[in-house]
Amino acid sequence: MKVTDKDVAYVADLANLDLTGEERARMLRDLNSILEYIERLGELDTGNVAPMAQVSDRYGVDESRHGSERFAYAIREDVKDGLRKSLPHQVALDNAPDTDGTFFEVPKVIER
Amino acid sequence: MAVATIDDIRGAIAERKTTAATLAHDFYSRIKKEDLEIGAFLTLCEERALAQAGRIDAMAAEGKPLPPLAGVPLAIKDVMMTSGVRTTAGSKILDDFIPPYDCTAVARLEAAGAVILGKLNCDEFAMGSSTENSAYHVVRNPRDKSRVPGGSSGGSAAAVAAEMAVAALGSDTGGSIRQPASFCGVVGLKPTYGRVSRYGLIAFASSLDHIGPFAKTVKDAALVLRTIAGRDPMDSTSAELPVPDYVAELEKPVRGSAQPLKVGVAKEYFGAGLDPEVRAVVEAAIQKLAELGCEVVPISLPHTEYAIPAYYIVATAEASANLARFDGVRYGFRAKANTLSEMYRKTRDGGFGMEVKRRIMLGTYALSAGYYDAYYLKAQKVRTLLTRDFDEAFKKVDVIAAPTCPTPAFKLGEKVNDPLAMYLADIYTVTANLAGIPGISIPCGDNHEKLPIGLQLFARHFDEATLLRVAHAYEQTR
Repeated sequence: MKVTDKDVAYVADLANLDLTGEERARMLRDLNSILEYIERLGELDTGNVAPMAQVSDRYGVDESRHGSERFAYAIREDVKDGLRKSLPHQVALDNAPDTDGTFFEVPKVIER
Repeated sequence: MAVATIDDIRGAIAERKTTAATLAHDFYSRIKKEDLEIGAFLTLCEERALAQAGRIDAMAAEGKPLPPLAGVPLAIKDVMMTSGVRTTAGSKILDDFIPPYDCTAVARLEAAGAVILGKLNCDEFAMGSSTENSAYHVVRNPRDKSRVPGGSSGGSAAAVAAEMAVAALGSDTGGSIRQPASFCGVVGLKPTYGRVSRYGLIAFASSLDHIGPFAKTVKDAALVLRTIAGRDPMDSTSAELPVPDYVAELEKPVRGSAQPLKVGVAKEYFGAGLDPEVRAVVEAAIQKLAELGCEVVPISLPHTEYAIPAYYIVATAEASANLARFDGVRYGFRAKANTLSEMYRKTRDGGFGMEVKRRIMLGTYALSAGYYDAYYLKAQKVRTLLTRDFDEAFKKVDVIAAPTCPTPAFKLGEKVNDPLAMYLADIYTVTANLAGIPGISIPCGDNHEKLPIGLQLFARHFDEATLLRVAHAYEQTR
């Protein structure tokens, strides 16, 4: 078993999940079974292989340039009013579970 | 209702043999009858559909030229935003979410005259291979109602197969268009990464997510792709490349005057785990391609067996970040709690289903301190190797042919308690997402139980024209 009870609790905490006792037990079993399968990646020697974050980097990237200049293809001119008008204030609040009409409301964050 | 193609429908409206409104009503009647059993739709948007149909009928009445998808009844996987129409991503956490804007692909369909009937069921946040992870209800395969339609775009495949929509949009992060297309016996196309804007698509794994069409014919898939493809300033990964007329490209011969098209067959896609009947039917389809004048070339994609492990690290890592936004503050479900931290946790615990939680956990683990290099970075390097496999292969061939799935549609409930077995259903499809190349699944026969089998074709980046041409030529032989 690679993943322990403690790991499940720690990762759930990072992910802002509580999980029930039953869910934790299932997670322990499933993560171990999936990770065991994933271990086979270790069979490959990737010492000299560059990581690939996304496909788009394969088209426009200019390797003869340096730093962010390499990604010049993805840069566009600033648009004064934005590509799209911002959502009207009320529309942005329409789906919110709780607002005071101006702000999103959440339970109190700071104790005093 | 006879099987109608996009051109049939547009023609019938232009010639005033029917109206877009009549058609929309006919499709809704059919949905209200058939879908009780199938479960493809989550939300119908009749008001929006009939308003659009009215605009098309007014144009037809005035004798104006009709746009390419005029009056064509389509439906949309519920991971694409529709302004004013509930969009759930198949999740309870978005049960009452009404988007304030349209997904670009949906807006482009409507601008081309399409009538959007409603929103289609799917695995929660597109995470699954059977649509059994929908937080709402299962979808039954129209070809055998005891079986799954595939997933995650199971509602899209089932709606087209059961003729409840002429075509549909789905999304494909690891096979979620091609696999259900194969299971339901329809055409499903995943375009090149960057070919279709992802703006307004609820993100699962941003570097792997694609939008694409389901249709009854390759030509209809080409028509939909032509409509939704092309640069969108709202998605910086959408490519600044011209969109060919995919429909015109279909008519070009596969046997050119100079050199025949070369079709690669990789042994790694015909190994252990492939159902013998699927193998026989797919091999017969490849033989048909040879008879059409294509040259069949044996090739190797040596890293294929590492695709599923690499995929499930990259996809879950990206998902864990993308799904952090569901916190109960700005939209969606919110659980009652006394503190902010407790609210986040209770909201996510109550709002997400088990598979979504499992993937968030796996992705968070792979990105966490101490495991990043061993899992996430390693998977990204293997992604490079998998992409190089295709680069090498496409130096020798124009198209690669393979099965879409190792088996036909499985039974409802069969894999629901075994996540790894479910992940392995995507073994032949995840490679195209990792490499970003286009892939299509087209029906190529049935097994002895009359379950459909799909032939999958891949092509070079942005060469959907060749992909569709070969698929169309094959389709004409059936």
